Amino acid sequence: MRYLPKSPAERKEMLAVVGCKTADELFSSIPERYRLKKPLNLPAPLSEAEIIQYFKARAAENSLGYTSFLGAGIYNHLRSVITDTIIQRGEFLTSYTPYQAEISQGTLQSIFEFQTLMCQLTGQEVANASMYDGSTAATEAVLMAERLTSRRLVLVARSVHPEYRAVLQTYAKNSGLRVEELPMNSHGTVDARALQSRLKDDVAAVLVQSPNFLGVIEPLAELSNLVHKSGALLVVSITEAVSLGLVSPPSDADVVALEGQSFGLPPSYGGPYVGVIASRDKFVRQMPGRLVGQTTDSHGRRGFVLTLATREQHIRREKATSNICTNQALCALAATTHLTLLGKEGLREMAHQNLSKARFALAELEKIPGVRRAFDAPFFNEFTIELPRSVRLVNAQLLRDKIIGPFVLGAAYPDLTKHALVCVTETITRAEIERFAGALRHALEQPL
Amino acid sequence: MAYPATYRYTKQHEWINVKDGVGTVGITDYAQHELGDVVFVELPKPGAKIGAGKSFGTVESVKAVSEIYAPVSGEVVEANADLEATPEKLNTDPHNSAWLIRMTLSDQAELDKLMDVKAYEAFIAEKNKEASA
Repeated sequence: MRYLPKSPAERKEMLAVVGCKTADELFSSIPERYRLKKPLNLPAPLSEAEIIQYFKARAAENSLGYTSFLGAGIYNHLRSVITDTIIQRGEFLTSYTPYQAEISQGTLQSIFEFQTLMCQLTGQEVANASMYDGSTAATEAVLMAERLTSRRLVLVARSVHPEYRAVLQTYAKNSGLRVEELPMNSHGTVDARALQSRLKDDVAAVLVQSPNFLGVIEPLAELSNLVHKSGALLVVSITEAVSLGLVSPPSDADVVALEGQSFGLPPSYGGPYVGVIASRDKFVRQMPGRLVGQTTDSHGRRGFVLTLATREQHIRREKATSNICTNQALCALAATTHLTLLGKEGLREMAHQNLSKARFALAELEKIPGVRRAFDAPFFNEFTIELPRSVRLVNAQLLRDKIIGPFVLGAAYPDLTKHALVCVTETITRAEIERFAGALRHALEQPL
Repeated sequence: MAYPATYRYTKQHEWINVKDGVGTVGITDYAQHELGDVVFVELPKPGAKIGAGKSFGTVESVKAVSEIYAPVSGEVVEANADLEATPEKLNTDPHNSAWLIRMTLSDQAELDKLMDVKAYEAFIAEKNKEASA
């Protein structure tokens, strides 16, 4: 996308049309005391050559040659250049919200395909397209359950991503929604006994994540029985979407909130990522966000339109189901392209490689004296280990060997002081896992 | 479509028909005509308390979502469950089978503030005149 500033001559012409001599005169209706008297604190303009120079220098600061075992909500996966080629097509890249169905069939169909894929993967009946990311999707899913049950309390598993819990707290703070946390048991999953005792008739929703933040797969069928007996809804958050290639879909959930980053979006600081909410057909009117539906035109031909838009903010204003008023269409298109390229078998194969490599890595790490697997429940591509010393110190050592170490769980869980969350995706080779194990062994042998 | 003589009407085009202390509430033929094809109706649950002039539900048509306002104050006894599956009945039979809720009245005197059929017919005649002007 290009940014073309106005020339001085053009500025003068525009000012003349509205009858002003200077740009300052344009702002004369703003009281003097509110006007900025000095220039903005911004660097001076640069020429094209200087800008290219500047960004080349910044790009050269990127670290190269590192192997990362960091996951914790964002995952490094293989992606194809075809995905980037598709999403950079002008028809997709610069297109606006497809309100006008007659000129937007391509965009609308791609969104419809995205929703279909998300339904197939989550075992749900309807999916939106889309939310900002997994954290806002999880919160919106909880608010959806609140509206559906007319109850004001949500129980959130402590094993849900700590940042997702923080986003929920932010939303809840001034809305009257009460948030209480559910402890985890020694297996790293939701403490079912605690859940049972807390499930009263005022609970709107129980929010769990699977695989959870400690890497462990939650027993969703068992949890769903407990939750549904009390009339509450089960909201399942998924941060690692590739797990759906192998783990059974969360079809017991009433609402699924998914982070779709793993499907063709590279890890990058601040995103953009893509969130999805999938749910039951009967709950669709309380679902926030954009939906595309399939229909037939006046000639009986298949076509696509934005549907149920009356739930949305541009029509219902403050009574909308949510104040979300945009979507992540381009990221959703990346996910659609990525999944279409992979296909059913491809996704299964990718997921399988994640599991196998993570298992191999765990076995290698467990051979190191003092390193212990922390939770015995099944995992996917992340697992928690306990080290004989501070994870931060160990990570500092690993970094010198060009290894980005595992997530320091103590940062989010003060009781897990020596615990590290190791992530191994299909991008990691056997040799890299062995190098990591070697470097960790070496780091732990160093005197403190 | 004729407006029933025994009903009372609001300026927001709701009607109420009180029989044996229970008021049946709906929207008028004028309202359904203004809305266009109704696709969804959202109604309160029995037991919900509603206040005169306050919104108690919504009617969604292909072109808009409109609030429905309570003609009088009271408590909801029943919501018309038929409308969940067949909201289009609101377009064909707004004064009878497509009623919205049945409610008890907390203050009978509130009925006197509503229009009778003559006043309502005059009110919409005025509206139609404005529209064609």
